[in-house]
Amino acid sequence: MPDLLEPLHYGFVIRAIVAASIVAIVCAGVGIFVILRGLAFLGDAISHAAFPGVVIAFLLKTNLIIGGSIAAIGSALAIGLISRRSGLREDATIGVVFAGMFALGVVLFGRIRTYTGDLLGILLGDVLGVTEDQLVIAAFAAIVIVGALWFFRRELIFVSFDPTGAAAAGLPVLRYDALLLGLIGLAIAVSVQVVGIVLVVAMLVTPAATARLIARDLPEMVRLTVGFGLVSAVAGMYVSYYVNTASGGTIVLVATLFFALTWLARSARRGRTR
Amino acid sequence: MALPIDIARMSVGYGGPPVLTDVDLAVREGELVALVGANGAGKSTLLKVIVGLLSPSTGTVRVLGTEPRLAAPRIAYLPQAEELRWDYPLRVEDVVAMGRIGRSGTVTLGTNEALARVSATDLAKRPISALSGGQRQRVLLARALVSQPELLLLDEPATGVDPATEEQLMEVLREIASTGRTVLVSTHDLAGVVAHFRRVVCLNGRIVADGDVSLLRDDRVLRETYGGHPPAGPFDYADEHHA
Repeated sequence: MPDLLEPLHYGFVIRAIVAASIVAIVCAGVGIFVILRGLAFLGDAISHAAFPGVVIAFLLKTNLIIGGSIAAIGSALAIGLISRRSGLREDATIGVVFAGMFALGVVLFGRIRTYTGDLLGILLGDVLGVTEDQLVIAAFAAIVIVGALWFFRRELIFVSFDPTGAAAAGLPVLRYDALLLGLIGLAIAVSVQVVGIVLVVAMLVTPAATARLIARDLPEMVRLTVGFGLVSAVAGMYVSYYVNTASGGTIVLVATLFFALTWLARSARRGRTR
Repeated sequence: MALPIDIARMSVGYGGPPVLTDVDLAVREGELVALVGANGAGKSTLLKVIVGLLSPSTGTVRVLGTEPRLAAPRIAYLPQAEELRWDYPLRVEDVVAMGRIGRSGTVTLGTNEALARVSATDLAKRPISALSGGQRQRVLLARALVSQPELLLLDEPATGVDPATEEQLMEVLREIASTGRTVLVSTHDLAGVVAHFRRVVCLNGRIVADGDVSLLRDDRVLRETYGGHPPAGPFDYADEHHA
């Protein structure tokens, strides 16, 4: 049995665990809506679209989360707007914006001649490199995200469950949709530092999808999503510390393992009762 | 006193050719009116204009004495059940409570009270994914009753509903109308219209006929409403029963 307190002697490990926990919570909050509304592909696209924002922030020597969130939220709103105005199906618009933005990131990335370890961290995650400043910004963003989701929870559920009925009741459905896209963009920007652009979608989708398998009502889905996300984040950090693996990837693997076990357990139980 | 629904020379479309042309419709307080017509005849479109989801391209629409958008908090609108996501992890009481959202300033019923009106108190804790077609309609009606609306618009509430539940839904609607509130119901079920309504409005891109349900005895009305291939009229069914 390894000494579970030993890694906590290092400040960077504590910061990493706190950062991963923040990511688990914000991704749980918006991830529930991503799952209920079938926006997994959109989530993946928004995370890739954050890339050029991060590169530009790096070039300008400003905070990477701020650059990433501007690009992510901007792309999310652009996708919503273009889909409505162009008459194209949303998946086509998502594909165009996501690939275009990511290409912009790749081109800008190629122009940087200096050491780019920070930026590789953005692509693949570098939770051990999280600074105190980044933690403060992430915590602030998390308060905004969780606060907005809590304050507007009834309206957001209503417009997702019954958009026509919500509009008939006088709710500004498009504004709530835009709010949700904006919050998804912000959550992604916060998470990129921890799990990396390529794997952010897993934090958005996997814990909420696992909870969806077994939750009977919304409060239960919220509790289970947060639970699966937090346990995956902390357990993933520990495993990566002792086995010396990439922390972002390990966190996602633990979350995926929970999904597989939950699905198998549910199938086994259904098989028995049948 | 302004009419609950007062529409004059109204046309409306979705950008292309108009779906409804030259509609004149006046409905008084306490009336229970059926809206019939084939698919695409404009039944849902007319309901959406009345609740303010669609703006007419020409003509005037007054609802409860004002613009449809401004009347929205005093109207309850039941969309077709299939437009809702019944797979969500919600319980019946969660859905009924949605009737309160956006209705600040109106006196609302409690969730259980609304469910009691449609004889569905026992469903309160049930996951919505486990509901039958008839139970879904009762839940949606309970949600509509929560806001104590002055005008109730129902889009195809009889679809996928067993006869006993339909009877029960109609009983609730008659009760609502008897308290001076106005109810407009779109439906495919002509036999149900004859059994439960006094006034019918027949739509086919325009108002073909508007008056007593005995209009449905008229072959010309049925032909103009349903085009070349009218369904058997409701009275044909009745005759079969007697044969």
